[in-house]
Amino acid sequence: MNLRDYLTWVILPMLSLSVILVAYRFFKGPRIVNRVIALDLLITIGIGIITIFSIQANQATFLDDAMILALIAFLGTVAFSYYLEKRKGND
Amino acid sequence: MIDILIMIISTVGALVVLIAAIGIVRMPDFYLRLSVTVKAATLGVGLLLLSAAVYFATLPVATKVFAITFFLILTAPVAGHMIGRAAYITGTKLWKHSVVDDLEGKYDKDTLELRSDIDQADREGELPASNT
Repeated sequence: MNLRDYLTWVILPMLSLSVILVAYRFFKGPRIVNRVIALDLLITIGIGIITIFSIQANQATFLDDAMILALIAFLGTVAFSYYLEKRKGND
Repeated sequence: MIDILIMIISTVGALVVLIAAIGIVRMPDFYLRLSVTVKAATLGVGLLLLSAAVYFATLPVATKVFAITFFLILTAPVAGHMIGRAAYITGTKLWKHSVVDDLEGKYDKDTLELRSDIDQADREGELPASNT
């Protein structure tokens, strides 16, 4: 079993199962804060999937997209928590 | 040989991510779920990125991987703290088997300031003679 088959049939299914489990919490999550951390974890798993795909496709350029996603995930979580606090402060 | 090393590193990273995904479904409470998320962000994705650095084995890729990992390790605790504070302020309940809530009664409801002596100030207002 070479590396590409191993990544295709073992690593990517594990990450895909993780995405399905986190998406279940994202759609079910009782409050909005659960959805926010589920979205954060979804984007983080997306960084891992992009990394494995860049190994598979032998293209190191795809890692730039992973960096952009890391920036956007942090910005989204901080913005959500900021406006949740503001909403509580107004009413 | 390098392939086997990449397989081992990426397997450990994917297992950590999978355990975190199981944890975010099975944990009974928002705060316990939050404690799972940060570990996946730092350790699991860090190991997956490390496998990419071992595979390409060039300096630009290693620098990129180091930048992404450093940024994740730097920002995950900050984001976790901010969303945890927002969740506590908006009134997310703790798990019913949680033993202690250290922040109970320490947030000022109006100004959202965290103080350690709000209870003490109330007690001093009620019983001024007992002040030492």
